[in-house]
Amino acid sequence: MTKKIKNLNLNFGPQHPAAHGVLRLILELDGEVVEKADPHIGLLHRGTEKLIENKTYMQAVPYFDRLDYVAPMNQEHAFALAVEKILKIDVPIRAQYIRVIFCEIGRILSHILNVTTQAMDVGALTPTLWGFEEREKLMGFYERVSGSRLHANYFRAGGVHQDLPQGLEEDIAEFCESFPKIINDLESLLTDNRIFKQRNVDIGLVTKQDALDYSFSGVMIRGSGVPWDLRKSQPYDCYENLEFKIPVGKNGDCYDRYLCRIEEMKESVSIIKQCLSKMEKGPIKSLDGKISPPPKKEIKQSMEALIHHFKLFTEGYRVPKDEIYTAVEAPKGEFGVYLISDGSSKPYKCKIRAPGFSHLQSMDYLIKGHMLADVPAVLGSLDIVFGEVDR
Amino acid sequence: MKNLEDLEKKINSELTTKINKTEIKYNQIYLETDKDDLIDVCLFLKTNNDTKFKQLIDITVVDYPERNQRFDVVYLFLSHEFNQRIVLKYSILENEVIPSLTSIFPSANWMEREVFDMYGVSFKDHPDLRRILTDYGFEGHPLRKDFPLTGHSEVRYSEDEKKVINEPVKLEQNYRNFDYESPWEGTKYIKEEIKSNDKKN
Repeated sequence: MTKKIKNLNLNFGPQHPAAHGVLRLILELDGEVVEKADPHIGLLHRGTEKLIENKTYMQAVPYFDRLDYVAPMNQEHAFALAVEKILKIDVPIRAQYIRVIFCEIGRILSHILNVTTQAMDVGALTPTLWGFEEREKLMGFYERVSGSRLHANYFRAGGVHQDLPQGLEEDIAEFCESFPKIINDLESLLTDNRIFKQRNVDIGLVTKQDALDYSFSGVMIRGSGVPWDLRKSQPYDCYENLEFKIPVGKNGDCYDRYLCRIEEMKESVSIIKQCLSKMEKGPIKSLDGKISPPPKKEIKQSMEALIHHFKLFTEGYRVPKDEIYTAVEAPKGEFGVYLISDGSSKPYKCKIRAPGFSHLQSMDYLIKGHMLADVPAVLGSLDIVFGEVDR
Repeated sequence: MKNLEDLEKKINSELTTKINKTEIKYNQIYLETDKDDLIDVCLFLKTNNDTKFKQLIDITVVDYPERNQRFDVVYLFLSHEFNQRIVLKYSILENEVIPSLTSIFPSANWMEREVFDMYGVSFKDHPDLRRILTDYGFEGHPLRKDFPLTGHSEVRYSEDEKKVINEPVKLEQNYRNFDYESPWEGTKYIKEEIKSNDKKN
């Protein structure tokens, strides 16, 4: 007697705690083995690129916070760099250090979230609770410098919005002293944990060739043994003056990517410490009055400052006709901005290259042949945030 | 190739007829080609030992509605070996179908789907050309310049019909787009008037 066996189609998401947002994953299952995965994305699509075309360059910055909302300032950085290069303005050295400090804080924010939620997806709850306490402190730093815990809107073309408030440098330095202990605590829970290893080792293997073919970047490509980091290979701002290592994985599985992220957090702490020790007093934004708004005090006394202020906050600064692609090493990979300006005060086109988009695309090939229970583990280690995938 | 000037020379000599223009700026090479030469150029860039642009970073389109060749298609490539970037582009007519890169770079799949979704540019030989970012059953191509910022339809749950319905956008207040261009020179319509007067004189 023969029985007909049909593959089962399963909807994973759009509302699923392990989908890390709104992902609708249509899985074709043969028993418990995944035959095919078809991610449906776009449930968080807000038309960021279209909106940016209709805003001035300064008004476009907040949209970048809302892309990868666990590491907002890293995205702003890419846009600020693009505009600066077209405008050909220099950024004061203090502003560069401040930006690097907050980008590294963003990296820690993102990696804590990823490592701990990945652990939660495979069954461990404690790391999340410990990790989120640290995230809270970091978001406190965000709030003190920009007034907002998440959507900072802090970077500007030519520098940053305002100087660090009093005492912040000391508090960040204190955090750098205490945080490595927390990383060790997290590691003691996960790195040698039998269950965590069973769920992650040899799962979601990425070979070097696949990493290139599928446009992987960031931890996804480093986990497979390619030492590629834009902070080192195409340095921007003051990364040239800083010393840091690039952790590289060996096997390209979920476990290696977890280890890379842990090591990167330690490197980030060291980068922040170096910045704090090298930073000196000085201007924090470009002194060109046509681009940076004047201080409030000057507006009261100087007619020119008043005019600059008025023009900047109505028309905005104009950017000469040009095109440029700039990329930064965001926590999730290469985050790029392809900007076309047309001489007016609004971008003609602003294409956002989000790392998560390419990573999620490979879901089908990564998960083929794995068990259903591996889907959250692979998805977790891809480090997907839907703000940037859907834009 | 170690430096960009050499690379530019190499590309120009190897692909003489296929490249229309090269330019180096911001430490990247900007190339212009034709639609029909795209596959050849990409294969050369990917496989040649002096270029090795093995990663496709992104594909996008720029819309210029006033031009006859309405769209510019832009490809961004990265070479890890030589730490270089290339921006490759060509212009097409509005309804032209362009070759797909999915056979050379698997990652082109979603990027081309996105371009198709946002601009309505179709790809030949694409394995799975569906919309990707917009809603199921969406109409229009949002990133075209003639697509209004507010869109055409809005979605809500209808208590009467007991289901989610689409209806035309109704705005309580029109979208306000102030013209802030320098008031000293006059706003756009004044400038146009001055220009036409100048022509008459």
